[in-house]
This record gives sequence, C-alpha cells and structure tokens, in this order.
Amino acid sequence: MAKYLLQRVLYMIITLFIVISVTFFLMKLIPGSPFNNFEKLNPTQQNILLEKYGLKEPLPVQYGKYLKAMVKGDLGVSFQFDNTPVTELLSKRIGASATLGFQAMVVGTILGIFLGVIAALKQNSWVDYGSTFIAVVGKSIPSFIFAGLLQYYIAVKLGWLPVMFWKGPEYTILPTIALAMFPISIAARFMRTEMIEVLGSDYITLAKAKGASYWQISVKHALRNALIPVVTVLGPLAVSLMTGSLVIERIFSIPGIGEQFVKAIAMNDYPVIMGVNILFAFLFVVIILVVDILYGVIDPRIRISEGKTK
Amino acid sequence: MINKEKIISKDMFAPVHIDPSKSEKIAKPSMSAWQDAWLRVRKNKAAVISMVILAILIIMAFVGPLITPYDYSDQTTKHNNLPPRIQGLENIHWLPFDGTLTKRDGSEYNAYEVRKVDNYYWFGTDSLGRDLFARVWKGTQVSLFIAFMAALIDMLIGVSYGAISGYLGGKVDSSMQRIIEVIVGIPNLIVVVLMTLVLNPGIFPIILALTITGWTSMARVVRGQVLKYKGQEFVMAAKTLGASDGSIIFKHMIPNMFGVIIINTMFSIPSAIFFEAFLSFIGLGLQEPAASLGTLVNDGFKGMIAFPYQMIIPSLMIALIMVCFNMVADGLRDALDPKMRD
Repeated sequence: MAKYLLQRVLYMIITLFIVISVTFFLMKLIPGSPFNNFEKLNPTQQNILLEKYGLKEPLPVQYGKYLKAMVKGDLGVSFQFDNTPVTELLSKRIGASATLGFQAMVVGTILGIFLGVIAALKQNSWVDYGSTFIAVVGKSIPSFIFAGLLQYYIAVKLGWLPVMFWKGPEYTILPTIALAMFPISIAARFMRTEMIEVLGSDYITLAKAKGASYWQISVKHALRNALIPVVTVLGPLAVSLMTGSLVIERIFSIPGIGEQFVKAIAMNDYPVIMGVNILFAFLFVVIILVVDILYGVIDPRIRISEGKTK
Repeated sequence: MINKEKIISKDMFAPVHIDPSKSEKIAKPSMSAWQDAWLRVRKNKAAVISMVILAILIIMAFVGPLITPYDYSDQTTKHNNLPPRIQGLENIHWLPFDGTLTKRDGSEYNAYEVRKVDNYYWFGTDSLGRDLFARVWKGTQVSLFIAFMAALIDMLIGVSYGAISGYLGGKVDSSMQRIIEVIVGIPNLIVVVLMTLVLNPGIFPIILALTITGWTSMARVVRGQVLKYKGQEFVMAAKTLGASDGSIIFKHMIPNMFGVIIINTMFSIPSAIFFEAFLSFIGLGLQEPAASLGTLVNDGFKGMIAFPYQMIIPSLMIALIMVCFNMVADGLRDALDPKMRD
C-alpha cells in the first residue's frame, strides 16, 4: 500500500510539473500582449512595463523564477486587476465555486442514487423508464444548455427564481440544478445496474427465505452493498463538475473561479489563466488519488496491487 | 389416476426414427457477426429512432443552408432580431412560428407587421439580421464536421498506439503506458483551452486541441484487446506462416476489434461536440461570420430575454444531436459487445 501510494504521488508530481511547464511555455507563444494599448506606448514606457513584470529576462530565467515561486504557492501578479496577486484573486473567488460544486455534487449523487434504487426495485415499470430517460437526457445534454434553458423558462418566463448573480441561497438553486444533472444521470445509471446485480445475488434470496421484510431487504441488504462501487464514479464526476462550473458561472454571473477564468481569457491575463490551470490540474490529480484510496479503504475486496498488473 | 393408466395402451407408442443426416440440419439461416449485431440494434427502438433523426439532421446540415433564400453570413441589418415565422404555420397561434415577440410587460406584438417586413425567416434572424435557419444548419454542419474529424483522428492515433504498445509488450509497452498515464492525468479542459489560445480559434486548431488528449481511451481499449488476442491460435498460426508484425496487427487482430473501436468512436463524437460548444462559451470558439452550434447558443445568450428563440433553437439542436448520438452509441454497444453492457 505504501509503495503504491508513493508511486501515485510521484506520478502526481510529474503530471503537475508537466502541466506547469507546458502552461508556462505555451503562454509565452500566445499572440497578443497582456497590456492595454501596448503598441501605443513609446519604447521607454514599453521597456518599463516589461521590466516591471520580469518579461525582459531570458525565457529559462523566467521559467526558473516561476517554478521557484510556484513551490511557495505564489502564482504571480495579475496583469489586469490592479496588480493583485493571482493567489489572492483566486482565493477570494473560491468560496462561490466550492459552494456551487459541493451543492451540485451532494444533490446530484443523492438524487441519482435515489432514482437508480427505485428504478432497480421497480424494474421495467414506468418508474424505471422515467429514470432511464432522465439518465440519458442528463448524461447527453451539456450542463450549460440546461443552464440556459432553465434560466429562460424558470427565471425569466415564470419568474420563480432570480435570473443571475450570487446574493443568497435562492440564487444558488438554478445553477446547482443545471450542474447536478450530470451527476444525477451517472449515479442513477450506475446505481440501477449495481442494485439489479445485488438483488439477484444469493444472499438476497436467503434474506427473503428468512422472511425479512421488503424494506429490510432493499435498504439493509441490497442498498448498502450496491453503494460501494458508486464511490468510483465520484472522481470523474467531480472533474466534470469543475469543467461545467466554468460556463455555468459565466451564465449566471457567479463570482467564482470559472467566471474569472473566462474574463482572463478575454483579456489575455496570462498569470490568471496559468493560475487557474494549475489549480485545476492540482484539484484534478488530488481528487482522482483520494477517490482511488477511498475505494480501497471502503471495499477490502479490491486489492490495489491487483489493479497495478493490469 | 387409475383410469388414465388404462387408456394408455402399448400400440400408442412407436419407435422414434432417427435420421442422422437431419440431426445436423441448421434450422435458421446462418448469419455473420455483423448481421447478428444489426438484428440486435434493430430491436432497440430508441437507437433506431435516433439513427433516423441523426440521418435527417446530417442531410439537413448540408441541404438546410441551400433551401433557404438567405445566406448564412449575409447581414440585412434592417431585418435584425425578427422572430421565427413560417408560411402556413404562422396562423396557428400556439406554435412558436407566428412571428410574435413578447414585450417586457408581457404583451405580444407581431414584429413582422410592426416593422413592415414581408420576408419569411423560418427560425428568425439574429442581431445582425442574418437568417438563423441558414446559420443553424451551417452550424450543425461545422459542429458535426469538427466532431467527426476529431473522432476519426482519435481513432487512428488510438488504434495504432494501442496496437503497437500491446503487441510489442515489454519495456516498450510499459514506457508507452507511462506516457498515457501522464497524459490522462492532465485535465483535457486545460489542454484544449491552452491549445486553442495558442493556435487562434478556428476549425482545425479546435480539432487538433480535441485530439491531443482524446485518443488515450481508444489506445487503452485497443491495447487490452491486442493483449487478449496475442496468445490466441489464429495469431500464432499467422506468425508460423511468416506473416509480418504489421499484417498480424492490422489484418488479423484489428478486424476482430471493429466492434470495440466503433463503440469507442461513437462515444467520442458527442464528447467532441460538447467541447466545441464549451470552447465557444468561454470565448474560444470560431470567429465570425463562421458559425457552430456552440457559437450560436453563445450569441443567443446575449439577447435571451428579448429574443429567446435565438438561444432556444440552437440549444435544442445541440440537445437533440447529443441525445441521439448517445442513444445510438448505447444501442451499438449493447449489440456489438454484450459484455460491455452496464
């Protein structure tokens, strides 16, 4: 286990290093200047600006400095937002993103598990078909399409909920629903398959033979065992939520990381783009690692060393 | 019970005549694996309906821009922001094709009458007065092109990489797999965004960005299959007969994995459509006047409250395409590889 963990962490560091390096060098290749009206300034002014942000030094030196700062957790200074450090800029915004992501994850998995379980218990009934339909639709349609349609029909047309911004709990409902559709559908599909498999196993027949009640069988025996594999999909789900939240935040004008990212792209604010990239890559590898470890802890049947030989 | 025993007499029984020539007779016509798969796909009604819808959409993507009198990039600023109006359907009020718009106070008015426009714009016009019918189909065409190209390139790279890695084995295999592990560890969102930033938004940069990370899942699947077939008799036979490595891989092994390859490609098409639309949303989509479904939805958002049809029509188109592709892919997976069924 310790060896496996060490190996995984090593991969994580290599991946992060590659992401950081590739991001850095690609950013240098990008056309367009990070400064407003750079061409209109005279050469002296241009020099001062470039020097101030350390853009005049040779590339390897800039790269070395960047890596050094990165280890300390310093992501540089934004070119656009009054020289605010990127770390500060992002940490101010992480709250909204985290709230949205967390809510969508919780709502999505709970609703999805519920849908999957009732679909499996009432197999081939209209409940089953309904839940399968929701699963297919939720899996196929991108979250930002949902967001747009929800925003128009529920907020603009019916006026039940606020259209955009982030001023209180009622503002979080629509974005959360839009973002939760994907987790709902994935969890529902997965849960249904697992439940059906578990319900067909011998120990369920035994429980029935013993005379256990319907609810005891479905909740105590079947649900608990079917839940374990669902943990595996949580990792990919969290990653998909990160992607989805970028656009959802833009659509609903939520002051989160994603909205900042889109703004930074429009304004060529390289340090912010790099910072968000690296933050995403970091979250990504950490989430995948945590889920893998969790899975091994929860289900002792899964031996990590077995997976390695694959 | 006793009565029945009496009724059954010996002369009711006759020895069975066994004809050895008939015992081997095959009652049903023999079918190839593909015919069998097609039978199974046909049973899946959702997949068949989706296939028909997709076929219509693909045909319309090419025919659509031609059957409207307007070009997708022609701007008629006098006719901007007109709602959808279709001949014949305009008098049916509950259909959204009567040319009316809703004002902020909730009252409806006919934009065509008020502005004295005689033209019929079937899907309405956008803020620059371009015909949305032409733009939506043109956009569908572009989105589908990007998706098909990305899926095709993913397939080519993934199949060759996976086959070589699995077939050669040993150190080559393990180092090739380490490379994949690192690539998989990088969120494709980041790669796609960076690549489109560097290469400037356009059809080919987007395709390239999508394929840089997209091929890994295909490579993994194909490698697994190659490992499975490597030790089997038909491969050994081919080797004994002196077939080269290349012909063993491409002539003997890969035809056996067509099913898995097709399934994987079918799933990568909707994911490419998703990423294309996603890029448009964060401001890295195609540049005007080119249109893709993603840029159309994104443009529609700007005037969503006053002109909702500009956002809803392309949104529904994306939704329809994505659902259909997923249904067909699911159906094909069930038909071609019942083991992969979830």
